[in-house]
Order: sequence, then structure tokens, then C-alpha cells
Amino acid sequence: MKELKLMKGNEALAEAAIRAGCDAYFGYPITPQSEVLEYLAKEAHARTGMVVLQAESEIASINMIYGAAGTGKKVMTSSSSPGISLMQEGLSYIACAELPCLIVNVVRAGPGLGTIQPSQSDYFQAVKGGGHGDYRLIVLAPSTIQEMVDHTKLGFELAFKWRNPVMILTDGALGQMMEKVELFPHIERKFELLPWATTGKTKDRERSIITSLHIQPEKMQETNLHLQRKYRSIEKEEIRFESRNCEEADVILLAFGLVARICKKAADLAAEKGIKVGVFRPITLFPFPYEEINRIADNARIFLTVEMNAGQMLEDVKLAVNGKLPVEFIGRMGGIIPTPEEILNRIVEINEGVTV
Amino acid sequence: MAKVKGDIIIDIEKCKGCELCASACPQESLELSRKLNSKGYHYIVKIEDNCTGCTNCALVCPDSVIKVFRRTDKKKEQVATITNVTGDITVKVKS
Amino acid sequence: MNERRMLSDNHYEDVIAEESVCISDNLVYDRPETLTSTPMHYCPGCGHGVAHRLIAEVIEELDIQDKTIGVAPVGCAVFAYNYFNIDMTEAAHGRASAVATGIKRVLPEKYVFSYQGDGDLAAIGTGETIHTCNRGENILIIFINNGIYGMTGGQMAPTTLVGMKSTTTPMGRDVHDMGYPLKITELIAQLPGVYYCTRVAVNSPNHVRKAKKAIYNGFKYQELKKGLSFVEIVTNCPSNWKMTPVESNKWLEENMLPFYPLGDLKVPQKEN
Repeated sequence: MKELKLMKGNEALAEAAIRAGCDAYFGYPITPQSEVLEYLAKEAHARTGMVVLQAESEIASINMIYGAAGTGKKVMTSSSSPGISLMQEGLSYIACAELPCLIVNVVRAGPGLGTIQPSQSDYFQAVKGGGHGDYRLIVLAPSTIQEMVDHTKLGFELAFKWRNPVMILTDGALGQMMEKVELFPHIERKFELLPWATTGKTKDRERSIITSLHIQPEKMQETNLHLQRKYRSIEKEEIRFESRNCEEADVILLAFGLVARICKKAADLAAEKGIKVGVFRPITLFPFPYEEINRIADNARIFLTVEMNAGQMLEDVKLAVNGKLPVEFIGRMGGIIPTPEEILNRIVEINEGVTV
Repeated sequence: MAKVKGDIIIDIEKCKGCELCASACPQESLELSRKLNSKGYHYIVKIEDNCTGCTNCALVCPDSVIKVFRRTDKKKEQVATITNVTGDITVKVKS
Repeated sequence: MNERRMLSDNHYEDVIAEESVCISDNLVYDRPETLTSTPMHYCPGCGHGVAHRLIAEVIEELDIQDKTIGVAPVGCAVFAYNYFNIDMTEAAHGRASAVATGIKRVLPEKYVFSYQGDGDLAAIGTGETIHTCNRGENILIIFINNGIYGMTGGQMAPTTLVGMKSTTTPMGRDVHDMGYPLKITELIAQLPGVYYCTRVAVNSPNHVRKAKKAIYNGFKYQELKKGLSFVEIVTNCPSNWKMTPVESNKWLEENMLPFYPLGDLKVPQKEN
């Protein structure tokens, strides 16, 4: 029987973590995602024995993740933009040491202390590396609370499949709002001894070393090449996107996360005016669906990218389009969510040949 | 009192010639060699045959290059004990 | 004279005198098998080597090689994982105690220790150190205090003595400018989560024996789930103190130990 519930985004994500068999959560309170830690503190240990620890900082949290992920356990943390910035050093180490873990960024508007309102302005940080060195996170961008739940389960699967940190890039609105969700059944927590993990050196194996240090340049280059080969494989196998009416559209809206839902509404409104509008939503931001975007650019007249930032995914869309057609942009910043009406107005202008 | 006779084996290839062992040796039986090992360090050598096997040299050696041996005329059981908060533990000497 | 001779690469012979004492029955001290055979990168006379060996000896004697996970720091001991024949994680600068917390929390039955220098533990990692201790994480923290940044070439550490020269305090540490040396071990001893807190040194055979006992206690208390054990080891840095190893150990005795006195700062209360 389906298990349906009306849940707040952050709490649904926390519930999904428990159900996905998560072994440990280390985190630090920050608005707008503190409910993840609160929900887990209340629910998790009693139900599954999952470790939940409030760390003294985001820096400590991510390093606890580094240690715990090194044992092969299923571990996660969550934070919001300023806290995620503090985690970047740790993420770089985790990516280089190839440790599976899940990081959730419930994005708020920056830069600096910014505001606690929703934003998508951490796209570059999440998708292009964020910390020092050449590395990538697998980035999932849910647009509904149902997807926050599903991506939590998927995130752990991808993290272990690729031995790579996975980030769920969501935002303050999705974290705080309530929706109906279908919860998946509990996956039992089980501990598998992984050959690379630090679980205590037994006689039958060499010692496991979790490190990102290779002082010889040749060795470090080999580590980098290995990572790059892995990222290319991820690009081949893990691209996910949603494409709605993009084959016969004149205007295609491109957006990720929450904004894609607003774009769908705008597209429906445009359809009422007789304008054919498609909506393309990357679900994985890394790997990014460059090829598919390039392909749908063949049939459309113009692209309109909509984001809650100054134009970050826009750069990847332009790379994908490679000059085939014009790419227009609507960007809202500082915690403002674009409305379907303002997007519709822009669609109408574009359709009438007005450009800015 | 039983006569104690000690001796050491030095892994001269791993010795860095820091001389901490020489300064810790109560018998003053260690000295730097004039020769160099393959790493370019003067290494430590035993110059006197008066070692008692007290292990001081090995205890302070940062590179763990000294093996210590000790023989007493009265053959003792080769065990040492360390007293600790939780009781005694027995350190068996490898054979 | 007994010595090891190199015949070719990785091929040695031990030459021992006739009627030698050097037979296995008489062996009273040898390097533990929990140390790898990799030669250490430390400078001649550096205390890290002794500290490493003592930890390895305790792990061997307690027979917990398969249950121990170490956390290496950033600093001179950044390659510590090359020398311990156990599972190890190399932490970011200052974060070793948080990394150790992560490991211990998911593997509570294992023995976890972090090995950190003064810059790592008492400067960049102060927050993690204090909070790990305050939570009373059931781990052992080994704190190597030589009053200087070794790996980066002799800059001032939080524990550099007043008046002590470093490359960033070329005229000696001036308290008006750089504040006072941080006695973090005394701070930590105040925290209720800390079960055992002691300061030892490895500059003489007697001090080495006591240091080993302290490390042994730290592992034993962890086995008994008593909470956090903190062992400060005051060590030398001949290269950056610009002394011979023998001089540096003497200087340590005369200058470091009066300011960082050896002994227990917190010992377990007798349980009735």
C-alpha cells in the first residue's frame, strides 16, 4: 500500500534518509534547513540506531563525514549556503579520497550572510567544484518534495556506485514548504565491509589509507586522471532530465529545481495565448545534459533560461547551445522567486521579437 | 649478582646518525662511524664491548634501528612486565 | 661488532660476532611489527619517530591492530600513515579530532586515535579539539608539542615559548605582539568530558618509558569506554630550533619542560 504523507521538504528529506538506511548524520543548525537535524535528532536513533550528532560547526560536520564515510558507512550532512561554503575544503578532500556521502544544500540567497530566502545562487559552487582542485560532485536538483525524498535514496545509490560525494541542491522554498509525498519502504541498515574502507586492518588485507595527499606530481596527476576518467563515465551514464513539449516548441524555457515548476505554469499560460512553449529541466546538474539541450536547440527558435541567480546555469546552457540560437535570461536574486506572470510576459515579448 | 651481557644490532642503512642513542648509553659504547650509509648519513656503531642490554639506546632511537639482546648467566624466563592501571600485561619477546 | 650490511637493494645481511648474544632467545627490544618497514621522512633526531614507535608498540602489545584506526594530521606527521601498519585516514589541517569523531561514532567498538601537532591541534584546529574533548568522545588524542611549525619551515606555533625565535618571530616571541604560548593541555584538563589528561616527553629513556605508559593508558581507557584521553608529548625540533638532536633534547629539558611541566593533569578518580 502506498504510504502518502503531507510533509515539509526538510522533514521529508530527513525521513527519506532514515528510510534509505543512513548510518550517520553530522550537521550544524542554519536557516532554512535546521529541520533536517531536528527531525533526525527526534526520530532517527530510536528508529534505526542511526547516529545523529550536532557538530560545533559546518567545518567539523564535513570532517566528521570525511572520517565516517571512510569507514564505508552511509553518511550525510545538510546545510545552507554559508555553511556549505565552510564545507568546501572538506568536500575537496572527500572528492579526492573518493568517499561516498550525501550533502544537502538548502540554498539561501547570498553572497555573504545574504538572506534566508530561497535562491539558486550556489549553482557554480555545486556544479563546478566549489573547493580547491579539479573535482566534481554529482549534483541532483529536485523540483518537488517528492523528488527531495527520491533523490535522497538515489543520492546514496549514486554515491556508492561511483565512490563520489553527491549533493542535493535544493532551496529554502522547497525546504520549508509542505507537499504530499509518497514515502518508500524502509531499507534495512546493513554494514558491508568495503575493501578500501578504514575498518581495522585484518591479516587478510593490506592496510586501508584514506588520503588525498600524493606528493609526487606524477602520482598526483595519475589521481587526477583517474578522477577525470570517472567523471567522464558519470557523464555517460548518469544524466537525468525532464523535457516537456520541447520537440515542437518555438520558445523553450530552461530551469532547474523549483523554478522549473514555475516555468511549467508560465508555459501553460503561454499555451492559452497560442504560443508553443517547451520546458526543459536538468535533474542532474553535474553531469549536465549538454547533448540533449544541443539537440532540442535544432527545432526551437529561442531559449529562455530562468534562474534564481544572476545567470549561472545560463553559462552551461550557452555552452550546450553553442551559438545555434539566442539564449535569453530572467534572473531573480536576493531571495525573490520569479512569478509565472513575469515569465509569461517575457515569453510574449520574445515571441513578438522584442529582445533586451 | 648474575653477570649481564648485552649486545645490539644496528640497521645502519636506516640510521640517520642523530646520536641520541650515544648520549643515552650509560656505558658510552656508541659512536658515529666515519663511514657513510647509502643515504649519506654517518651511522652509529658500537665501539666498546661493554653493553649491558639496558635498551636505553633503542628507547630513544627515533628511527627504530636498534635491536637489543641481553643474556644473563642465570637463564631467566624471557618475559618483561609493564604495570598498568588495569593490571599487568605480559610482553612476550618474539622468538 | 654486530651490524647490518647492505648487499644490494633491499638485500641485507646481519653480521654478528661468534658466540654472540644476538640470538632470538636473548632479544629484549625490537621494532614492533605494527610499524611498517618504510624509513621515516623525519629529520635526524626528531621526536616523532619515538612517538610513532610507542603508539605502534602499544597497539601490538594490546593486539588491536585489526581494531585500530588512526588519524594523521597536516604538519610534519602528514605521512604518519606510511609508518603505522594499521588503517589510517589523513585529515585536513586541524580537523583530525573531528575526523576521529566521525570514525568513532560509526564504529564505536574500534580504537580510534588522532595524532596532531601543535599548529594543527592548538591553532587552526582549536575549535575541533575543544569540542571533541568537551563531548568526551571515546578516543585518544596524541598531541605533539615542539613549539614550532616544522613542515612549513620553522614559523611560530601557538606553543612557541616567550622569547623563542622562529622565522615569523625573528626577534623572539613578543607577548605584546603575539600573545602568550597556549597551554591547551591545561585548558582541556578542565573539561568534564576528558577522562585522562597527561603531559609526557620522549627526550630521555626514562621519559620514553613514561610516555609509553601514558599512551597505553589512553588506549586502555578507550577500551573501557571511559571517554577522552589526551596525551601531550613535548618533543624537539632540531632542524628548526637549529640545534643538533642531542642539544635540542637538552634545550627541551631546560626550556620547554619548565613551562610545560611533565605529569598528569587529570587522572581517573577511584571508582567505588
